[in-house]
Amino acid sequence: MDLLQHDILIVGGGGAGLRAAIAIGEENHDLSVGVISKVYPMRSHTVSAEGGAAAVIKPTDSLDNHCYDTISGADWMADQDAVELFVNEAPAELTQLEHWGCPWSREPDGSVAVRPFGGMKIERTWFAADKTGFHMLHTLFQTALKYNNVTRYDEWFATKLLVHDGVCQGVVALELRTGQVRAIAGKGTILCTGGAGRIFSFTTNAAIKTGDGMSLAYRAGVPLKDMEFVQYHPTGLPGTGILITEASRGEGGILVNKDGHRYLQDYELGDPLDVSDPDHPRKRTMELGPRDRLSQAFVQERQKGRTIEGEYGDYVHLDVRHMGEKKINKKIPFVRELCRNYAGIDPVHELIPVRPVVHYVMGGVHTNTDGETPLPGLFAAGECACVSINGANRLGSNSLTELLVFGARAARAAVRFASESPGIAVEEITAQAAQEQQRIRQQFFQPGNGSESIAGIRGELTKTMEAGAGIYRNANSLQETCSTIRELKERFDKVELADHSLTFNTELTAALELEYMLNVAEALAHSALARRESRGSHQRTDYPERDDEQFLKHSLAYQAEGDPRIEYLDVVITRWPPGERIYGSK
Amino acid sequence: MAASEPTPSDKTVVLEVFRYRPEEEEEPTFQRYEVPYFEDWVVLDALNHIKDEIDGTLSFRWSCRMGVCGSCGMMVNGDPKLTCAAFLRDYHPATIRVEPLNYFPVVRDLVINMEDFLEKMTEVKAWLVPKEEKPVSEGEYRQTPAELAKYKQFSMCINCMLCYSACPVYGQNQSFLGPAAIALAQRYNLDSRDGATEERADVIFSHEGIWECTFVGDCTRVCPKNVDPAGAIQQAKVSATEDWYRSVLVPWGKRNVKST
Repeated sequence: MDLLQHDILIVGGGGAGLRAAIAIGEENHDLSVGVISKVYPMRSHTVSAEGGAAAVIKPTDSLDNHCYDTISGADWMADQDAVELFVNEAPAELTQLEHWGCPWSREPDGSVAVRPFGGMKIERTWFAADKTGFHMLHTLFQTALKYNNVTRYDEWFATKLLVHDGVCQGVVALELRTGQVRAIAGKGTILCTGGAGRIFSFTTNAAIKTGDGMSLAYRAGVPLKDMEFVQYHPTGLPGTGILITEASRGEGGILVNKDGHRYLQDYELGDPLDVSDPDHPRKRTMELGPRDRLSQAFVQERQKGRTIEGEYGDYVHLDVRHMGEKKINKKIPFVRELCRNYAGIDPVHELIPVRPVVHYVMGGVHTNTDGETPLPGLFAAGECACVSINGANRLGSNSLTELLVFGARAARAAVRFASESPGIAVEEITAQAAQEQQRIRQQFFQPGNGSESIAGIRGELTKTMEAGAGIYRNANSLQETCSTIRELKERFDKVELADHSLTFNTELTAALELEYMLNVAEALAHSALARRESRGSHQRTDYPERDDEQFLKHSLAYQAEGDPRIEYLDVVITRWPPGERIYGSK
Repeated sequence: MAASEPTPSDKTVVLEVFRYRPEEEEEPTFQRYEVPYFEDWVVLDALNHIKDEIDGTLSFRWSCRMGVCGSCGMMVNGDPKLTCAAFLRDYHPATIRVEPLNYFPVVRDLVINMEDFLEKMTEVKAWLVPKEEKPVSEGEYRQTPAELAKYKQFSMCINCMLCYSACPVYGQNQSFLGPAAIALAQRYNLDSRDGATEERADVIFSHEGIWECTFVGDCTRVCPKNVDPAGAIQQAKVSATEDWYRSVLVPWGKRNVKST
């Protein structure tokens, strides 16, 4: 087997991966970069982000404001040194994207416009109408095209990290078009593979978000941090889970229950202002509260019988009609398009049915602020990583900025690491890759393996995650989920593939993805079971209070024989001592 | 794209799907699958049902299921469509024929090879070449909403390739840059921050095909994002013609392909 070699390898071609690739091009265009992505980069899920990206720009705003909003939004689980650094670098990163051509929406004077978002004291969300992620991703992809030192491996699927002598030296990857399995070596490897929303049955996430990088790292002994924190976005379309952006509330949309009542006022999110009031929507209040609190309010409202019953489960209404057709077309045109296509309604005249939907995994591969993981040579950035700036609840519009700031930082750290690398252990890692090829062949191409189907196991996995590890959890529900996952992992060994072709075998990739999903689900459920407190998005009905004494700590899940081992690491607190999360006050 | 199936349906719909596995078959064939019919299912839901419940060997691309990633373009009853936005109800009860996008080499089943387009994106310099360099520390380039509006439409391309599949010129001659690549070139040409219009024009007009484009407009008709590539091509042509006249009549003058 021939070895393909680069100085730096990037796994994942979404926002973080492309930002990292460009950063290396800028740093030193003699360095060779390989970008391995299981889809063409512009198909990556960054493309679906709608509302915007946060960075302080208004003279009335301040870096400290952004820090405080992020830290309180995170229910004090974010590392404050990381948050400060993130907030400091955010404006330059978004300006840099502007210099690369991102079509940010503008003020009449030509400066970049900002809009309010949930959990923010002041508007600081840069946006490109309501297709911000799409425009960011395409800007990054197109900019990356001009760097000759970047080699793309489009539609190559990474199956294993190559580790020799305690150092990550690249990956094994499967080329979809030919079915060939190759070792691709890198002196530094950066995981930018995104999140894992697909382990739940109802999610905004694209099909590709199966936790690949998280699982690759986990299997190589790298811990997954804070996996118990899963963000439910309060406004997804029932049935499909398609996201209706928070920008619709930032621009004045309101949430009402079956009686037309703005129920958020009953959940310590402040008092509503009339939609005609010039101060509406008020920041950090009502519809502009944080996502975790809004999603939890929905569940309580449902328990009180005040939601609306539908074919695809209960829902409430998002009302944007008062914005008027002109503003809707200008500020949230994609919302209108999505509602018309997928809900059969026109939000200019009708109420939008919405319900909470799994949107983002706050946890991920444990890294420091340079994207370094505990495994030398391995870095991570974007949703697959946990630095952590998101803690127990990510603030809307921080994730797009995060993938820029930390994509670039991880790239620079990888370049430093690679410059001191003694080189690649060619023989050893080639042998590992040959073994991996063997494993795939034996596990998936041996006839008579068993009768389990991918769709069957995947369906049961997503169901047990939703049932046991959803918005509200407890020891019983989580234990049941953990034991179901254990069974499903055993059953996975009996999966029989119908497709033994080498050419674009999507049944094989679906099987490999399911294997990743099982790993990530296991780490998530066990971390949730071990955290006996309620904080941010992690709400335990059996431990309803936050417990700083015991749990102002990040969880670290390590793969082990049997169940994962959970360890803890102190949260970094600098200038913002843990306090109460207050929303809706004047 | 429905994540869950609603109340069981007693109706069904038949899909006739293009199959081709190069290792096993010399010629493509069509395979018929009968799948449940639901009012809110799209063609992609039906394909996923086939993949999960009937035939795991069927290969196709998909991801976001909300019309923005551009992966799931296919021919549906002969028309290029994003299958995540093509509703069964618009075809039912007739049989639905699903094929790979026209004019591209087929890798397998419904998966086409689109490398040609990726190369063309690089060729037309589909990125911003700043008119004036300035450091990030000096802040953003100013761009008024009116300046943004000039190119915004052309920036909405999701690279789904439907326009190529509808383009008779590309069908005849694959060296033609094609609708999306020219629209992307025009996206940057019209951007007030950009200064590489001339370089791009050299590429656009050195290729065959553009003069054969007779404004059939099928690219614009099939575009799921209203990009209007036909309009972009016509704009580019007009500016090139102006450019030719200018070079003949005022040979000392600077070329100005930007005016449209």
